[in-house]
Amino acid sequence: MHRRRATIAAILAVFAVGLALTGCTTVQPWERGNLADATMRPDRDPLQASMTEHIYFSREASSGGRGVGGGGCGCN
Amino acid sequence: MKRPVHPLFILTLGFVLATAAPSARAADALAAGQPFPALTEFALEGTLPDLAGAKVVIVDFWASWCAPCKASFPVYDQLQKDYAGKGVYVIAVNVDQNDKQMAAFLKKQPVGFTVVRDAGAKLVARVKVPTMPTSFVVDAKWIVRFAHSGFHGEETRRRYVEQIDQLLQETP
Repeated sequence: MHRRRATIAAILAVFAVGLALTGCTTVQPWERGNLADATMRPDRDPLQASMTEHIYFSREASSGGRGVGGGGCGCN
Repeated sequence: MKRPVHPLFILTLGFVLATAAPSARAADALAAGQPFPALTEFALEGTLPDLAGAKVVIVDFWASWCAPCKASFPVYDQLQKDYAGKGVYVIAVNVDQNDKQMAAFLKKQPVGFTVVRDAGAKLVARVKVPTMPTSFVVDAKWIVRFAHSGFHGEETRRRYVEQIDQLLQETP
């Protein structure tokens, strides 16, 4: 009985993961206009970015290492 | 004793695999040697040039939000000027969701080559560009001869010139 419940629970878990995966979609390269928008940048506000970096430095005794090349459009 | 795999488990696993979001693959993109789709079939906004005597056509997919696309426009403009009257055409296909974004971009950066808009994203979806910008160098038989992913400044310009010259030599 216990084994049967475990099997059903495992199946339900896989089913739930399946449902979650159906919610995923691939944003095609030509559909990335919104991702490339300036408002999508986490460092768009220089003051906020500076303060966040200061807090990070105070806590972790390290800074930087956040930058990546390119924008949200993934161009080039 | 080995327990048999529950049939419901197999069914569920099949469901998961069948419904998982497909990932974009660069291998799906149109490649050299394949025919380029006829531009007239996609109800592109804008006026296409008469390509009856075309020897080389560069079809470039771009968007106003794409920084390398912006960098590529002066190069295309110069190429179009340099090869004017030699059967070389540059056709830039815009994929912006909003035509105002395209208009604003072109107002800031006016160009001499043809710009059309793929409003329904049907052409770009058929071609499956792997990145933005992507351009295709198409020959007189409307076959893709070269494909460029991204724009890398002088290096890309030099390759365009080499490829255009090669195709012009092939087509008297």
